[in-house]
Amino acid sequence: MKRWPSLTLFTVILFALWLLLNDSLAPGQLLLGLILTVIIAASTAAIRPLRAHPHHLLTAVGLLFVVLIDIIRSNIAVAGIILGPAKRRFSSGFMKIPLDLRDPYGLAALACIITATPGTIWAGLSPDGGTLTIHVLDLQDEGAWVRTIKQRYERRLMEIFE
Amino acid sequence: MTMDEIPFWADLLGSLLLISGGLLTLIGSLGLLRLPNLFARMHGVTLGNTLGLGCVLLASILIASIHAERFVFQEVLITLFMISTSPVTTILLMRSGIYRKRADTEKEPVSGQDTN
Repeated sequence: MKRWPSLTLFTVILFALWLLLNDSLAPGQLLLGLILTVIIAASTAAIRPLRAHPHHLLTAVGLLFVVLIDIIRSNIAVAGIILGPAKRRFSSGFMKIPLDLRDPYGLAALACIITATPGTIWAGLSPDGGTLTIHVLDLQDEGAWVRTIKQRYERRLMEIFE
Repeated sequence: MTMDEIPFWADLLGSLLLISGGLLTLIGSLGLLRLPNLFARMHGVTLGNTLGLGCVLLASILIASIHAERFVFQEVLITLFMISTSPVTTILLMRSGIYRKRADTEKEPVSGQDTN
């Protein structure tokens, strides 16, 4: 798949958002939505200085499902830890993960994914962008967390944004 | 259409979703009580934000769709806004927690398990 110009994608998403919010496909709404989205996209272009170049939109759909499954799984895991014995509740901590992803939009997406998944929270990025610090509730096996984040999220995000 | 006309299976499924959503949120809030420190407690609250909210929204989609006799999925927007906004405040809270800890101990948080 070729690179999609981000302005078009942004406009399409805004347009879909407008129609969903109004819950209607009437011609008037279509026209109003079209005019509004084009104006908004054009007038806010200046406050979005970095153009994202998302491609491989199929990978993005795949990533969405991976994240959904992970959110459900870690919800159950975190609920188990909270209700479980004290020993597991006291094993939280910070850990560092080497990062290859450099695209700011990719990093923003990764931050949202890591934080939205219960059990892991984004805690910071080193100034050179090479090391990510996360806080993990269940810090038993650091290797497993590195594998999860690098292989399940980072690899797909690099495919999408770089 | 009155509420009585919603079929039994949808009623049951909707109630189950609402109850499990509520339970998950309750367990998450219980985490505030049972987990040892600020950083660990932040994980518990995420439960209500993600699957807890998801269950309630699914129940809402189900009942609203039957009620309106077509597929209603505006609730997807709530998910979208939640996913794109709640991590920002969580990360800010995490950063301020780290700065406070650094002010207390005058060093970066190190890898490994929390000491307090």
